[in-house]
Amino acid sequence: MNGLDFTFAGAALTALGSGALWWPAQSLLCVSDLHLGKSERLARRGGATLPPYETRDTLNRLAADLAATEPRHVVCLGDSFDDLGAAQALPEQERLWIMRLQAGRQWDWIEGNHDPGPVGLGGTHLAELALGPLTFRHIADPAQRAEVSGHYHPKASVYARKRSISRPAFLFDSDRLILPAYGTYTGGLGSGSQVLCGLMQPNACAILTGPQPVVIPMPRRAS
Amino acid sequence: MTNMRALPPKFADWFGQNGWSLHPHQQEMLDRAEAPALLLIAPTGGGKTLAGFLPTLVDLAEEPHEGMHTLYISPLKALAADIKRNLTRPVEQMGLPIRIEDRTGDTSQSRRRRQRADPPHILLTTPESLALLTSYDDAARTFRGLKRVVIDEIHALAESKRGDQLMLALTRLQALCPDLKRVGLSATVEDPAAIAHLMARHPDPCEVLLADPGPAPDIQMLRTEEAPPWAGGGAAYSIPAVLDQVRQHKTTLIFHNTRAQAEIFFHNLWLANEDALPIAIHHGSLDRAQRAKVEAAMVRGDLRAIVCTGTLDLGIDWGDVDLIIQIGAPKNVKRLVQRIGRANHRYNAPSKALLVPANRFEVVECVAALEAVLEGALDGDAPGPGPRDVLCQHILITACAGPFDADALFAQIRSAGAYATLSRAAFDACLDFCATGGYALRAYDRWQRLLQRPDGLWQLRDPRSAQRIRMNIGTIQDTDKLKVRMQRKRGGKPLGEIEEGFAATLTKGDTFLIGGQIVRYEGLRETVVEVSRNAAKKPKVATFGGTKFATSTQLSARVQQMFTQEQWPELPPHTAEWLALQREVSQLPQPGELLVESFPHDGAEQTVFYGFAGRNGQQTLGLLLTKRMEDLGLRPLGFVATDYATLIWGLDPVDDPAPLLDSAALHEGLDSWLAGNAVMKRTFRAAATIAGLIERNTPQARKSGRQTTFSSDILYDTLLRYEPDHLMLEITREEALRGLVDFGRIEEMLSRIAGRIEHRRLPRVSPLAAPLLLEMGRVPVEGAAQERMLAEEAARLMEASGLAQLTPPPSNIPRRRDVS
Repeated sequence: MNGLDFTFAGAALTALGSGALWWPAQSLLCVSDLHLGKSERLARRGGATLPPYETRDTLNRLAADLAATEPRHVVCLGDSFDDLGAAQALPEQERLWIMRLQAGRQWDWIEGNHDPGPVGLGGTHLAELALGPLTFRHIADPAQRAEVSGHYHPKASVYARKRSISRPAFLFDSDRLILPAYGTYTGGLGSGSQVLCGLMQPNACAILTGPQPVVIPMPRRAS
Repeated sequence: MTNMRALPPKFADWFGQNGWSLHPHQQEMLDRAEAPALLLIAPTGGGKTLAGFLPTLVDLAEEPHEGMHTLYISPLKALAADIKRNLTRPVEQMGLPIRIEDRTGDTSQSRRRRQRADPPHILLTTPESLALLTSYDDAARTFRGLKRVVIDEIHALAESKRGDQLMLALTRLQALCPDLKRVGLSATVEDPAAIAHLMARHPDPCEVLLADPGPAPDIQMLRTEEAPPWAGGGAAYSIPAVLDQVRQHKTTLIFHNTRAQAEIFFHNLWLANEDALPIAIHHGSLDRAQRAKVEAAMVRGDLRAIVCTGTLDLGIDWGDVDLIIQIGAPKNVKRLVQRIGRANHRYNAPSKALLVPANRFEVVECVAALEAVLEGALDGDAPGPGPRDVLCQHILITACAGPFDADALFAQIRSAGAYATLSRAAFDACLDFCATGGYALRAYDRWQRLLQRPDGLWQLRDPRSAQRIRMNIGTIQDTDKLKVRMQRKRGGKPLGEIEEGFAATLTKGDTFLIGGQIVRYEGLRETVVEVSRNAAKKPKVATFGGTKFATSTQLSARVQQMFTQEQWPELPPHTAEWLALQREVSQLPQPGELLVESFPHDGAEQTVFYGFAGRNGQQTLGLLLTKRMEDLGLRPLGFVATDYATLIWGLDPVDDPAPLLDSAALHEGLDSWLAGNAVMKRTFRAAATIAGLIERNTPQARKSGRQTTFSSDILYDTLLRYEPDHLMLEITREEALRGLVDFGRIEEMLSRIAGRIEHRRLPRVSPLAAPLLLEMGRVPVEGAAQERMLAEEAARLMEASGLAQLTPPPSNIPRRRDVS
């Protein structure tokens, strides 16, 4: 598992290639926008019956990150479930799996727009979490600083050798850190989009996830 | 043979007044009006459409009819509109009590609703609009009394999934109207029986009626003062000669194989058009309003030439076209003959056409194609069994119309030629897929899309599904397109569309061609590409894709045979000299062996495999070889395939190609090699979209734009990881092996060369390899090289921007570290 170290608001952090954020000083692992149960929600609403394996796949990757970092504290930064119904409809096997992952550590569910209430799983349900210099909330608040958020599913692209490489990405400047979506069935919003350009300062950077995470100046061109 | 059926006096008079008489095949269509299925093969200009409609008109003239009598289906919306115009004239002049209407994606909602409740006598439509019509619960009422269905340009439909969808829709119509008669109208094809097989209601036969094919076309290669370039597809060199031809003829159609080429050619033609001849451009990427303008001008006879692509390929009546010019090699003899025959609408006059090779390789191909035309050798491949993604969509459409019985539906489907051999197990797998997704993990027993009721019938669980399914009807797989508009405060002028992938490569300030003008990329606003006018003489970026045809096996073999000749008296001197030069610096690929050339170029190591396996086969060869190279640590970056060769470039040179081409190794694990590949993902995306697993259009997406959608690649990867035997992956493999993969031609090539590999290491690109470097459609390899490139480019960007020197804020210099 690879990561990129950086300092944000005085905290020494690591952006993992998986899209998770690791804060060694607090032994804290943060993941955002898991969207567990997305395929169930889609089918429930009369849409396509997508391969029902995204919860399993997301938890597989999360379990690998947990095994590698062994955090004492896990923060799920909102939209952990595609909706409250999806949380309730989780197959027993996957419910138990989540409970096993929670064992022996503090586990905080930050509420998101998709999952605004308690989900009936272990862990603590919070609107937001302040810890040391940082505040964790689902949707960035332009008035706040030292804030870690998710929600936008940011991605960024690099154009190298006549080829555009686009990946989910961390975005950060001196005030704000936005995490990429961790869930398997999640799309992305380009860093060049109006809303992300508006939130982030001109000298913001993007860390592209992948086997070898790389940092670039945040691309502001629409793509 | 049936007895001759006399033309009613009203019709005979009308023909007489116009100074016309019935063609023999028109009379015969009338005589054989009661045939359950009848396929007419006739040259263009032979009154094929009238032949198809004559029995209908006579029927309706002699006897009043309640509701719809005849359904006409054409592959093009424009063709439906055109036919409506042409049919209305005789109907009005003879004063027949017949109502004719068209119905396409462009027809207004209110009119469409009215057409369902109160259908016209003759309805002109497209396969997609028909499929949509059959999805309503009132389909039985709409089609009540339907007697005939006329399928125009059926040879064009038969080559694609649109044809399969149409034939499935016909099985439904046939169930609603058991006496329905089927008529197919086709241009000259090499195998009429194959089309008849698709068209028939099995096990009933479909009769074939061959009209007099008319005189042979007059096709030649355009001889120019200037030699074609060594590479490229623009054919700019031919502009003066082409303009000369335009001056000498009334109306010239100038066909191109791709839209990009059409754009560039038109631009150059316009720059050289000193006499200001009225010349226009027409292709599928242009805005509809712009296209309509060109079409109207052409019908009025205002234009001397139209630069166009396949959108003008079908039998639209374009007035007085007296010359066809084909720019670029025709790739396929059959298509060439049809294109030329079709655009010329004068019956019994030879079509006149000129081939313009875009580069010297294409000179060879043009000469080979001309020889084939002279010999009357049409090429083509036998159609395979009906694709199952289309079948899945058909099941969903059936469910939209109301509860259905699986046994009855299975029997209905088997009456379509392409599905005549469909097994019950294969059908059941598709039904299960539509109902539950067909996963080993039974996740959707509660949320099935289709439910089996206690009485055994299947129905939609959630009635809201019907709207979603209807929104996604169709089998046409356009790559995602973005609209291009002039930048303005409030919605500038629409210019056309470009592919999303192309848009992604643009940076502000880049210039490109669209609709014959050079524009500057300004940015992306939601899903619209905004551009401004630009006065530059030359566009910076000029590539966006269009359709690509594969050169047929037959034509490839002819070209290869030409390479064995000592001299080439039939070729222009410039091309003969070029081949001679290739023979001097390297060698010409010979039948019975495989020529491989390696040379450095453009900062990468290039290797060319001249396999002559056709574009799809060479593409697969590229996939397999790059995978092998990746495994051997040769870090390939990508490849491009043409009909004759595959060019692979990478960071390391290929010293010995023989191990790469080991036949056993190529065979071994073809599946796993292909699994992670871009072509498979592309095939999956198409199949999954048609089968209804991916919804291109959803009610939500209409509201919120495209941010919420995630890439189909994720679905593909997930299925591959958790359920590799799933039906969708099975269909993907099936499709890929049949279409894009074409492994058969690689096997044929391997047995042809039997291990004889001729490897040439060259200091620079060879004459024969040069065109490959300019080919479009490059496939990137996502391997070690990509990670390295990404890291290099990221470091460069951080340095260049100065961010790398910044101490916090925003951060200290990020360092990579391994958490293990």
